[in-house]
Amino acid sequence: MTVLSIIYVVLFYVAMIILVGGIVNKIMLYKRVPAPLKIPVTPAPLTSGGVVYRLFNEVVFFNSLFRASKWTWIFGWMFHLSLLLAFFRHLRYAISPDSFLWPLVNLEVVQSFGKYAGFTMVIGLIGLFGRRIFVDRVRYISSASDYLMLVLIALIAGSGLLMSFVTNTDIIQLKAFILGLFFLDWQNLPGDFILLTHLTLVLFLMIIFPVSKLLHAPGLFFAPTRNQIDNPREKRHLSPWGAELEAKDGRNT
Amino acid sequence: MADYEIPETHEFPVIPSIMEGAMAHSSPYVANVEFQEAMGFPSPAEPGQLIDGWKEKFLELLEEKLGKYRSMLVFMDTCVKCGACTDKCHYFLGTADPKNMPVARQDLIRQIYRRYFTLPGKIFGKLGFPGFVGAAELTEEAVREMYSYYHQCSECRRCAVFCPFGIDTAEVTMAARDILANIGMGQKYSNQIIPKVHKIGNNLGLPEAALADTLEGLEEEVEDDIGVKVRFPLDEKGADILLVTPSADFFAEPHVDGLIGYAKVFHAAGVSWTLSSQASEAANFGLFIGNYESMRNIALRIRDEAKRLGVKRIIFGECGHAWRVAYNHLNTLAGPWDFLDQNYPVPQHILEFTKDCLDRGILNIDKSENDHMTLTFHDSCNIARASRIGEEVGSQFTTPRAVIKAVCNNFYDMSANTIHDETFCCGGGGGLLTDDLMELRVKGALPRMEALKNVIADNGVTHMAAICAICKSQFTKVLPYYGMTMDQIVSVHQLVSSAIVLDGQGEEAEEPEEAEESA
Ligand code: SF4
Ligand code: SF4
Repeated sequence: MTVLSIIYVVLFYVAMIILVGGIVNKIMLYKRVPAPLKIPVTPAPLTSGGVVYRLFNEVVFFNSLFRASKWTWIFGWMFHLSLLLAFFRHLRYAISPDSFLWPLVNLEVVQSFGKYAGFTMVIGLIGLFGRRIFVDRVRYISSASDYLMLVLIALIAGSGLLMSFVTNTDIIQLKAFILGLFFLDWQNLPGDFILLTHLTLVLFLMIIFPVSKLLHAPGLFFAPTRNQIDNPREKRHLSPWGAELEAKDGRNT
Repeated sequence: MADYEIPETHEFPVIPSIMEGAMAHSSPYVANVEFQEAMGFPSPAEPGQLIDGWKEKFLELLEEKLGKYRSMLVFMDTCVKCGACTDKCHYFLGTADPKNMPVARQDLIRQIYRRYFTLPGKIFGKLGFPGFVGAAELTEEAVREMYSYYHQCSECRRCAVFCPFGIDTAEVTMAARDILANIGMGQKYSNQIIPKVHKIGNNLGLPEAALADTLEGLEEEVEDDIGVKVRFPLDEKGADILLVTPSADFFAEPHVDGLIGYAKVFHAAGVSWTLSSQASEAANFGLFIGNYESMRNIALRIRDEAKRLGVKRIIFGECGHAWRVAYNHLNTLAGPWDFLDQNYPVPQHILEFTKDCLDRGILNIDKSENDHMTLTFHDSCNIARASRIGEEVGSQFTTPRAVIKAVCNNFYDMSANTIHDETFCCGGGGGLLTDDLMELRVKGALPRMEALKNVIADNGVTHMAAICAICKSQFTKVLPYYGMTMDQIVSVHQLVSSAIVLDGQGEEAEEPEEAEESA
């Protein structure tokens, strides 16, 4: 194995551990910290099914963002949808042809939608970047890291597009490398510059995920303003520390 | 009228270009030693200073909030700076100060969280560039800025409606205010009022004897007016219903006309009810200052009084934040309520009671009594976005309108993006209803004033009805700044009061005893 490949094998494992470990850790924390009071933003659902529907609308359609700002919604939604399509396309580098998922991943629609999603992703990112620069309010709240996050993802998308449409990389070898990571049977990584740029930026993204605003992905599900059921009169809501307070002075008996 | 410019109203809302520092001078009086101590908050050597070791204490308190409130923890992490909330706050729209954009307001404390509780903040902070990752050093200047801008938020939650992650700036404001109070910077207005609730029973400091006098005066007034003796009972043991209402209802205009309305509805429904002198206040300023224990202590008065008087039900009068606390938190803070009649919701809103009476047809209504008015309705933020009135999703919007329409012939809503859950705060909520914040209150009222002016121009509306004591007081004060008159704000139950016709009413008032039986 080349030195380069060994370095990337190590980097991949480290990044994976940071990503998964970091997110799991955050989620556990979000779960552990109680919501002491009922604070759903109303009108709120009266049942848990209703909450699922409310969150589904937020996750899939960005419902509140749609109400707030059509431009941000268009660019943001376009970007995230493209991300999803690109993700499906990339599965073919990580799934072996004998897997039962292979026929799905290898579908023409999945592959070509995924391929062109790179363009819509970049358009979405440019739109979001433009808003940051041209809308004075958004410019005011943006810090360097907010711009760089967009640039980072745009570079990932751009390098990916280059490989799809301009300089092809050795896909067979790349796939061997990635499957090797899963099965602990390490293989060489093709050494071309564009691919290495693409992968390095992805690794960086994985590493900063748990310490950056990318936490909005898991965080969305934990906002008490959106995930609570509107039933405070019917069902008494009490946090562990609220209960302790009660136990101390006994005034609620 | 004022040494600042009253913002212009437009036919269509205008989003201002940002003006940095436009409201940097706005800061309410800090509580003095006496009030700080009465609340159990530490007081600094000199008023207006921070306590010794404030920085460590600040970070310690922030960590505590992050460990006790999931909302704070999650909201600190999830903001992507998308800007969706930036044009949603009435204080931004009215002042153009960018720090009044909800996300910028959150950032005042999020920067500290980023700097001291996240890895990138620590790294870039040590390198001397915390701003690179949206972090900032905790300095005394930063603390004073927080004090200023966390008192330019009425905790109205309009921003939370639009944020893709449900980030509620009100939660952040509450946490920040509590931290500030605990390093020596409590706000005078709220911290002065809360001890009064405990000592005397209400925010106004109206003692039992004075309250009894006031109520007696009201009985006479109503009897003179309609010739029926409508009772306003106080501390009557064994009554079925305990009415908890904001103390402004006892004397302020137009609040008191609402109180008369509740009494007439109770009278007509033939139920027995009472006020309590010890719980003669629905407001709960513990919410505003973000202090769970304070909020709980205030709420527990109601439990104690419900037990002492042996009532079966609790009904709240017209008040926004009070209803938020009652609806959402009374069960948590002062429950369980298993000793009350479980056939009724605990607590119940006066509009739920009145609407039910109207639906059952037991009220005799003469709508033409309100024909000299054309009404619109102001959804109070805490009712629209932080609670519910009625049984269905969104019935906090339909219930008050149904009651208004049942007692008035002329009603028009304001434009769609200023009502229901998109309603604009009156500008005086969340502990800001104090004279030292008058400029903020006037400017913050802009979006509501604009919508009101438009519905006046388009539909000939003459009056705006409200169901919140703070809204009513705030509008009374700011309407004149925008070229309208203070009496254009009315209570919903004032409309009910005018339209309701009680048995014996108008019969020359000869048999008051007979009417009394049903009370
Ligand atoms: S809408 Fe929410 S995520 Fe977007 S900037 Fe405002 S607080 Fe942050
Ligand atoms: S809660 Fe209301 S006052 Fe506070 S920032 Fe949000 S919109 Fe503005």
